[in-house]
Amino acid sequence: MGRWPKPAEGSWTEHYPELGTAPVSFRDSTSPEFYELEREAVFKRAWLNVGRVEEVPRVGSYFTKEIDAAKTSVIVVRGKDETIRAFYNVCRHRGNKLVWNDFPNEEVNGTCRQFTCKYHGWRYDLKGDLTFVQQQSEFFDLDSADYGLKPVHCDVWNGFIFINFDPEPRWGLREFLGPMITALDDYPFGLLTERYDFAAQNNSNWKIFADAFQEYYHVPSLHSQQVPSAVRQPNQTFECGHFQIDGPHRLVSTAGTRRWLLDPEYMYPVERITRSGLVGPWRTPETHFSAGLNPGGIEPWGITNFQIFPNLEILIYHGWYLLYRYWPTSHNTHKFEAYNAFHPAQTVRERIEHEVASVVLKEFALQDAGMLGGTQAALEYDVVDDFPLSDQEILVRHLHKVAVDWVQEYKAERSPVGV
Amino acid sequence: MTVTESRLPSAFAEFEPFAEKWCLATEAERWQARLATPMPEIRRFYDAFSPRFEEAIDYCDKFPLDDVPDDALHLLHLIYSMIMVSMAIEVFGQQKPTDSADAVIDRVAGPVP
Repeated sequence: MGRWPKPAEGSWTEHYPELGTAPVSFRDSTSPEFYELEREAVFKRAWLNVGRVEEVPRVGSYFTKEIDAAKTSVIVVRGKDETIRAFYNVCRHRGNKLVWNDFPNEEVNGTCRQFTCKYHGWRYDLKGDLTFVQQQSEFFDLDSADYGLKPVHCDVWNGFIFINFDPEPRWGLREFLGPMITALDDYPFGLLTERYDFAAQNNSNWKIFADAFQEYYHVPSLHSQQVPSAVRQPNQTFECGHFQIDGPHRLVSTAGTRRWLLDPEYMYPVERITRSGLVGPWRTPETHFSAGLNPGGIEPWGITNFQIFPNLEILIYHGWYLLYRYWPTSHNTHKFEAYNAFHPAQTVRERIEHEVASVVLKEFALQDAGMLGGTQAALEYDVVDDFPLSDQEILVRHLHKVAVDWVQEYKAERSPVGV
Repeated sequence: MTVTESRLPSAFAEFEPFAEKWCLATEAERWQARLATPMPEIRRFYDAFSPRFEEAIDYCDKFPLDDVPDDALHLLHLIYSMIMVSMAIEVFGQQKPTDSADAVIDRVAGPVP
């Protein structure tokens, strides 16, 4: 008998009958052909989070984003009207990459009054309008109004900047996020601005990596060091309190013991001395509660991990959050972006608490990254393709199903009808 | 000009022998120092600093975050290195996280100090 009640159907998985309970295939994570379809069907249709409004704090603040899955580069900029816009990073004159510094493929950020192309000096304002053409009289009937930067759909939810490459997005951003995610409308992400940012190039399909962050079944095994060895249980289990699915998005909540209530032997010395560690600072400034934060009513609540399709995870702890993004760069590699976000430290001690949490994050993420290279390699042996998933791994099942469903729908739209 | 320039607050002068190596301002430097240092040497620093770890935090905590004097800032960097090597000593028993294989994750931005 588990610690947490399951839905009436007997399991979380059967509560969502469309998921089935059969073993699953991971060919969606090893096939170059599937990846090519996924680029079109997923990454050029879904809303993609590329940053936070704090990253473009002033008029003229901009950053560029290289999005390999869409084979493109995007400029995100705050305009004079404070609206945040996105444009393809391409000069309309001869197709040069418009914004870059030392190397065209490196992402950059800064503040400017206008964008000037390195090649022939064409200029665009912050709305993307073409404002200056060198020797315009040499051109033939050139109307500047026809040659503004090509826009990318861009919208903001609770400070998160999303873009969409679909010429006509199938949903607005709020509709895409759906009620389970937008229930966090009143969560004060904007207060959590002290960030520790991480980046990595990982040798696994983006979904294989995401899978390790949407189930906790692996934690006692792979991350056994999260508990000091003296009190480590050889057959330790982990059971999550609540799973929920809404459209393509997922969440999982776990219970959490307040760290200062644990017996000291359950903590490492560095945790006791700094009052921080694996689950962050022991005490954080009060963050007002959002109805969307703990939809399962787990008590004592520990974390809720929101998996926003396709490649965004927001994991909220007491008074801080961490965010992961997985950007595919091929069928078996991806760029991993992560950050911890805290209330800005008011004291040196608080800053030390944040440092500890940020050191620990990297330690355990490295274990996932190291092992998942092995997972990817073995999946590519292609000798087995029926993988059983437990009820604790329902979200793994869901992510792969949604990715395959989106690809199937894309293919169906392109195949001749009524043949 | 003295031969051994003091970096740390005088109350923590006993850690001057570790200052040259471990007073590192960035996570990238601290991570590299951890990976490149043999475990016995890491342990000497850890064992020496452990008894006064908490006291060192309290010392630095007396200053406003945006106005930490240089000697306390060096001590703070030593505290950050202590956090870094605690992972090797307390958690993994080796410099690298267990099973991290060839994975690399870089901290690319963070607050100062």
